[in-house]
Amino acid sequence: MISAPDVVAFTKEDEYEEEAYSNSEPALPEEYSVPLFPFASQGANPWSKLSGAKFTRDFILISEFSEQVGPQPLLTIPDDAKVSGTFDLNYFSLRIMSVDYQASFVGHPPGCPYPKLNFVEDSKVVLGDSKEGAFAYVHHLTLYDLEARGFVRPFCMAYISADEHKIMQMFQELSAEFSKASECLKTGNRKAFANELEKKLKDLDYTRTVLHSETEIQKKNNEKGYYTTQAIEKANELASVEKSIIEHQDLLKQIRSYPYSKLKDSDFHPYEPESANEPADEESEQQEFTTSKPDEPREPHLYSRRSSYTPKLIKAKSAKCFDKKLKTLQELCDVYFFTQTLDQLHQIEKTFRGDVCYLLTHQISRALLKQQSITNFLFEEVFPLDEREPERQLNGYQGVHPDNPGEKSLDVCPLPKPLIGSYKSSVESVPIKMDPETEDPQETEVDDTVACDNQDNVEYLDADLKGSISSGESIEVLGTEKSALAQAENQVQLPQANASPQLARDKAVSRRTISEDSIEVLSTCPSEALIPEDFKASYPSAINEETYADEEEEGLHFDPEEMEGNLELGNQLPVDSACCIGKESPNFLEPANNVALKHCGDDDGVVSIPPQPFRQGDLGFQVNFTDCSSHDGVLGSLLSYELDPHYLSSHREISKMSLDKCSDSTSYISSTASTSSDRTPSPSPLCSGGSHSGERQKKKAGQNALRFIRQYPFAHPAIYSLLSGRTLVVLGEEKAIVEKLVTALSIFVPNCGSYAKPVKHWAVSTLNITDFQKWKLIGMQRSSSPAGVSMMHSLIRYGRYISILDADSKTLRCPQYRGTLIPRLADHRTQIKRGSTYFMHVQTLLTQLSAKAFLFAFCHHLHLPLKEGETEASMASRRLNFLKMHLGLANEDSKVVQYLAELLKLQFVQDPVRGVSPVLRFDYVPSALYKI
Amino acid sequence: MLRWLIGGGREPQGLVEKSVQPIGEEQTQNPYTELLVLKGHHDIVRFLVAIDDYRFASAGDDGIVCLWNAQTGEKLFELHAHAQKITALASFPLSDTCEEKCHMILTAGADRTVIIWDCDSGRQIHKVSCFHSTVKCLTVLHRLDVWLSGGSDLCVWNRKLDLLCKTSHLIDADITSMIELPKNCVAAAVGKELIIFRLKTSRDGTEWDVFEVKRLIDHQDSIVSLVSVSEVMFATGSHVGELIVWDSLDWTMQAYECNWDTSLHADPQQEIKLSHSQSEVSVQHLASDEECVFAAVGKGIYVYNLQMKRVIAFQKTAHDSTVLHITTVPNSRQLISCSEDGSVRIWELREKQHLTAEPVPSGFFSIWGFGRTNKQASHLAKKAPESTTVFSLDLIGDLIGHSSAVQMFLYFTEHGLATCSADNFIILWKDGERESRLRSLMLFHKLEQSEDLQLRS
Repeated sequence: MISAPDVVAFTKEDEYEEEAYSNSEPALPEEYSVPLFPFASQGANPWSKLSGAKFTRDFILISEFSEQVGPQPLLTIPDDAKVSGTFDLNYFSLRIMSVDYQASFVGHPPGCPYPKLNFVEDSKVVLGDSKEGAFAYVHHLTLYDLEARGFVRPFCMAYISADEHKIMQMFQELSAEFSKASECLKTGNRKAFANELEKKLKDLDYTRTVLHSETEIQKKNNEKGYYTTQAIEKANELASVEKSIIEHQDLLKQIRSYPYSKLKDSDFHPYEPESANEPADEESEQQEFTTSKPDEPREPHLYSRRSSYTPKLIKAKSAKCFDKKLKTLQELCDVYFFTQTLDQLHQIEKTFRGDVCYLLTHQISRALLKQQSITNFLFEEVFPLDEREPERQLNGYQGVHPDNPGEKSLDVCPLPKPLIGSYKSSVESVPIKMDPETEDPQETEVDDTVACDNQDNVEYLDADLKGSISSGESIEVLGTEKSALAQAENQVQLPQANASPQLARDKAVSRRTISEDSIEVLSTCPSEALIPEDFKASYPSAINEETYADEEEEGLHFDPEEMEGNLELGNQLPVDSACCIGKESPNFLEPANNVALKHCGDDDGVVSIPPQPFRQGDLGFQVNFTDCSSHDGVLGSLLSYELDPHYLSSHREISKMSLDKCSDSTSYISSTASTSSDRTPSPSPLCSGGSHSGERQKKKAGQNALRFIRQYPFAHPAIYSLLSGRTLVVLGEEKAIVEKLVTALSIFVPNCGSYAKPVKHWAVSTLNITDFQKWKLIGMQRSSSPAGVSMMHSLIRYGRYISILDADSKTLRCPQYRGTLIPRLADHRTQIKRGSTYFMHVQTLLTQLSAKAFLFAFCHHLHLPLKEGETEASMASRRLNFLKMHLGLANEDSKVVQYLAELLKLQFVQDPVRGVSPVLRFDYVPSALYKI
Repeated sequence: MLRWLIGGGREPQGLVEKSVQPIGEEQTQNPYTELLVLKGHHDIVRFLVAIDDYRFASAGDDGIVCLWNAQTGEKLFELHAHAQKITALASFPLSDTCEEKCHMILTAGADRTVIIWDCDSGRQIHKVSCFHSTVKCLTVLHRLDVWLSGGSDLCVWNRKLDLLCKTSHLIDADITSMIELPKNCVAAAVGKELIIFRLKTSRDGTEWDVFEVKRLIDHQDSIVSLVSVSEVMFATGSHVGELIVWDSLDWTMQAYECNWDTSLHADPQQEIKLSHSQSEVSVQHLASDEECVFAAVGKGIYVYNLQMKRVIAFQKTAHDSTVLHITTVPNSRQLISCSEDGSVRIWELREKQHLTAEPVPSGFFSIWGFGRTNKQASHLAKKAPESTTVFSLDLIGDLIGHSSAVQMFLYFTEHGLATCSADNFIILWKDGERESRLRSLMLFHKLEQSEDLQLRS
């Protein structure tokens, strides 16, 4: 865990606690109370962004633009009336549906005799409603319904939050997640639609047979050579049925062709005529119709497979009745897919719960963790990161790709794009082109590639203004975005500390012009490249260059290739380089050290750094980290002990600056910070991997650990035992007490491999040497039975391999510890009060420790002779010197790093097939007995 | 038992009287700081044999033979063929004359079979099951390229498992151990007797004969241990504590020592307290270097100097229980012993010039004598007034890992120590520093490789 509580004021809670806060708020006399956050109506914490809104927490809304009753909300996730509160769902449905340009879709495109299904991409829009205090990511999609107008039913899923910033920051993730959910829905829908079509075709086929026979009968009866009106009617009817059959067959073919066209080009799904003979068919069909020759032999498609369905006679003009009840969403999609989608949406809701700051931190720390592929296994739980879009993770981290500034948003500013000033005027002039066939596909493709090359995500929208016109309000389109998959790879969703002040000012200005109840369309994603050439060419590139230049000025030099390459395994440290610590290494090690010292040494609890600008610091870390491979440093000047002046101050300054620039009162980052991080209301966990219970466990472990370090004065040697790989046996009569201690201490146990932690919570049998090889923390039952005696005996026998913590008599027998590391890790006077905060604190220090271990293990010159015939003793002294002088580790601390380095080595050189051979390393050191 | 609770770090001084002097947890001279537990057997592991300088085989009561890599601890093969427990294990050294260039091991089981295994492939090469009794010992005569099996008779086999010749049935007892002597002779321990056999072969090597040359009946009780000391000497030890050194050429007795208790003690009071039972003086195992024979007698270890013809140093109760196996560490004056008490101990034979003799460099004392001189004084061998050199056998480390009797161990110069035990485990004890260095080298080697790969691609 890289994210530090020192940096993030938010640690998250398992349950949302708004109510708790509002209730437990001590009633201060009026005169003492400080004027709080202006919008604070309930609860007085400045972090609560929800206070202005009429709902208590983020939720997902699914609504439909019903052709019968207009926009209507269908369901919310979580399905709880409390969540939406007094929020007017109907009103908001109207809002979000009103921006759906696809509502104007027509079934019969001009110039085509048959209705065409339009495989439109979903559109993604961000809009805000300042009156309701709600901001939403809106995902429009259309589902097919044979009975609906134009065969389509427009739906939308909206993620509604009171935090505009969150929506903007999380846009990529929201978009990706909702696209998945939408794809699921649509898949089910296609299936259901195909079924429906098949049934309808059978009906039609049956009807035609009936009509045909009737006509034949009439023909026979009619000897006179002229047609009665009845006969003509019948013939017409038959003809229309025939036409209907062809239409439906065509539709079926289209719906079935979907996956193939999807494969061909994932971006672009216009209807393409499937075969050349179809127009000919149509021709003959036309002739048939005009000449009224119904007995023309046609080959009907047979759907005899589904014999369970008995076709029924249908009236030719039965379709599209308005008195019909429309299908529900469940009916439209297969039930299986529907529940699947709901599950996904629930997961989304869970994932995005909580403050944006937490989400971002989590995201970044995960991205960073991914980079540390070598040291990760030591203290990180195995996270299911890899299943979740590896390329997105990469982006998550490499948000600072210099070519890619289009998506970068201002650090503290809630608005995403630096294009407001110039943009508005262009909106109206964009024509809405819904018909894909009028487009030149060739052109579109070229545009796509151009767009990708420029890393240019900003595309200009053809906004369908109908919705807003009808509501009598203005829409401001502030930014648009194309939602092609290819682009998602290049997009960046992380905040950027260094946007140009100019842009910030622009933004602030434009914001003031927004009227109270206007809808701001902040970003939309048209389905296709509907954008005129000139827009693409001119705007985004210009903007890109500007921000790019800004970035250069900020001095963030960052070579993504180098980073990508170097941080992977393998080529990390070229063996031929004499030393792997380059000139920049002071930046690398010492600042981190000092930061940790600063935070941990005195005030753990006080968080004074705004949560976001840490990016730069992290970046610096990474840059230097990678650079160290390319610099041939001189041994003598390995590291200097200076504090890098811009490590801390720089991002503080920047954040201050951006705070100043941003006049928005909703910028929640207060520089005063929370006085107690324990009280920050972070509503919910973000466990995208579904590791909800893991989160809870962490919290519990942290809580127990806090209690342990406060309660036991000998916590330091105990923790030292764990960190140096000496098995700690917790001995006690009561299982509950022992297990509590084991949970508390388990957060300090380094992993030996990428499996579960080597912790055994409760052992009742006699231990032998293999147990110490396997487990590093053992809870053990003390009993007076013969078995218990033999257990005690084995503990004495193996005393040299273990430390024994006696929970009953509160004694500890273990080697002495005289270092500086663990006091920082486990300060009994710590101000941290919350378990999860403490957990993060520990993780931060442990990550730092593993970085040191990594350095120690992978420094070439420490383990290989510098010149021919160098003695082993001189190398050993070089190692010791390195530990002491450069890593700043004294006494036992170096043992910890050595042990961790040994684990790293073992893991690194392990045979991929056979795995790590479990080695028990130990020292012959005397133990001491500690008592309370 | 709970002395750690009171005592804290150091072992309490009051326990010095306890026969084995404690070493405490601080063992600066003990190089073994890393261990690897090898699991593969389901019953007592009794035999270990080195195949080459990085592989070894283990066998025991479960009838399984395991081949291990001493470097990585990896199990190479698990050989199943014996239905009953294995009674003898020997390895065929790689011979230049043989056309098959492979390492082989021989195993003899209680099911009266002997099997030859190919160590490189794990295959069974040959199997013989025509024995009248269990084969209790196997000896490979490398020079003649034959091997001998000893049980109720002595059989001579060649590499292809052709029976070349055999002795008549031995009535009194079975052969329990054999060693090779010069001039194509073999000494076999049969009960109380030591029988010398001689092998005769025709010029073309097709006809073989083995016959008894001499029977030595000097031991009072059954011979437990038999070891070759040098080209010209070998030693035997018996159940009642007799140690006899023999001349290898004319099989005459060179030295005799049996009075372990009375003859040696400088402190008569202590002797009275410790009355040894019969079993406790059994010479369980013998080891030797050029100068001394090291005898595991009961719980104690005794160093018998061949030149001085007397015991020069000893630890009367080196272990808490019977010592089962001892070995000298090559190129050092160290000795390793293992015992039924489950521990392995490392000893050093220290030579101290008497103060009256020529001056000793001052640094010499401070290396090892510091702080322990008082304790060690009682363990010094009796000070011979005529000699100025005093020897002592000092404990420099112990290895605790097995939970039951350590049956045997195998010393590898490169890869540390393998111990096998009745708790079914084999433990590889390694020098942690060395292993760490090796891993670092492997790591950089791997980095280099992946770099090469990247450069190439």
